[in-house]
Amino acid sequence: MDFAIFGYQFMQNAILATFLGGIACSVIGVFVVLLHMPFIGVAMAHAAFAGALFGLLIGVNPLITAFAFSFLVALIIGPLADRGQLSPDTSLGVIFSLMLGVAFLIIGLMPTTRSEALNLLWGSVLTITHTDLFFLAGVAVVVVGLVVIFYKEAQAAVFNRQIALAVGLPATAILYAILFLTGATITVSLNSIGGLLIFSLILNPAAAAYQLTYNMKKMFLLAAVFGVASGWAGLLLSYVFNLPSGATIVITSSLIFGVCALFSPKRNRRKTPVKPVTEK
Amino acid sequence: MPEPIINIENAVVSYREDEVLHGISLQIISGEFVGIIGPNGAGKTTLLTIVNGLGKLVSGSVQVLGKPVTNNDRHELRKQVGYVAQAANIDPRMPMSVREVAMIGRYGILGLFHRPGKKDWNIVDEALEMVGMSHLANRPIGHLSGGEQQRAAIARCLAQEPKIFLLDEPTASLDWKARTDILELVRRIHDTRHLTTLFVTHELETLPRTCDRMVLMKAGRIIGDGPPNMMISAENLAKLYDLPKAVIAERHPSLHQHKEK
Repeated sequence: MDFAIFGYQFMQNAILATFLGGIACSVIGVFVVLLHMPFIGVAMAHAAFAGALFGLLIGVNPLITAFAFSFLVALIIGPLADRGQLSPDTSLGVIFSLMLGVAFLIIGLMPTTRSEALNLLWGSVLTITHTDLFFLAGVAVVVVGLVVIFYKEAQAAVFNRQIALAVGLPATAILYAILFLTGATITVSLNSIGGLLIFSLILNPAAAAYQLTYNMKKMFLLAAVFGVASGWAGLLLSYVFNLPSGATIVITSSLIFGVCALFSPKRNRRKTPVKPVTEK
Repeated sequence: MPEPIINIENAVVSYREDEVLHGISLQIISGEFVGIIGPNGAGKTTLLTIVNGLGKLVSGSVQVLGKPVTNNDRHELRKQVGYVAQAANIDPRMPMSVREVAMIGRYGILGLFHRPGKKDWNIVDEALEMVGMSHLANRPIGHLSGGEQQRAAIARCLAQEPKIFLLDEPTASLDWKARTDILELVRRIHDTRHLTTLFVTHELETLPRTCDRMVLMKAGRIIGDGPPNMMISAENLAKLYDLPKAVIAERHPSLHQHKEK
């Protein structure tokens, strides 16, 4: 195998992009998994995808319209998710299918199906530009930075928003911040991973980490490691077997999840008896 | 009469179209242990949520700790009010230990940008000790039984070092022993920490022994308020639960005997 390829600029960009995207997506994924709202990621990803296509149609930078669409959807999802007791999945399903409909409508309206449009769907990490990398780095730093700074608030809000509110934390603001960051992360990852595949890079590494640990900090770290590992392994497989990179990245992350689920210590939990509270 | 620590006047609350509190007034003095009973949908939970500012008033006023409960300082108020809700389903795989969950109680007081220090962990460990959960401190929170999870929730409230303690049916869905244990624990905490406690419950058997005052609620109104031995009568229960007195006497013979004496 010839590894001279790694000397090329485009490959180095791809390695950096999967590193940054892997970290940002998997950190966001931890929230998606712990809030038990996987549909949030799906709905947001399709909103960003439809938004980017809309940008292509009207001749505006797709990043801007993708941001706008996902923020709009975050504003709709926010109150649904915040209401708490009722599962917002039905409404999220409607939003998701609406956004997919809008996306296909825009593709239909385009005079010719352009390669940019397909790139947004499947992603193309090998053609990523410096501007893309710049935005990806910005969002990754903001996401990780905010989680580090507001770790205790985020931890309380994902445990139970009602309790977080009751102890005097701005739990609603935290929820909206998580939604907006999800939108931003998806938007900047569209070009490299693609609108259809991005969701699995959000969900899989976090879901894999969730199988392995009872410690939230470790879950964030493991998710980030799995996210980056999926990106790099996927990139390598894509190069070696000449396959589309988005697909290999997503399949690798799914395999990592499968292995973690298989060997999860949480699977056999019920076999170890829990000692009852002894009265004093 | 001393200044009330909680002063609710003509509070009206509605959810969408339905009015759930129809102009309730209630004064609670510092140090009181008040039990609130009533059928489902009576507005008991709503009454608690207007005290900690989670519920919104349509009209009327609520003063807590000498200050009106307004939108602006509700986060500040909540830091001084401990709240234990009904046992919720906790994800068994939730990556948090009992100790970390109890620490959430201190997060509001700590404020943004401050991490819990040694002092905070000591307070949490003390709280866990008080509720008899020290030996489970490092267990994942989702692995506890319902009763243990409620103890952890009470420890979380203790860690908050509140002045007012609100409990919303903390014993619902627990077995008899866990229910009585928790009730006794709450009373002990109330006494040692000199709290003011509002306890919403359906425990007609054990609550009268625990609380100093009972408030009976029905359909968004307070229909009785006084010492427990006067409140728990066949007549009151008949009114509260829309049952003929004979049925109450049949289902609750101790009341009947009590009345005969």
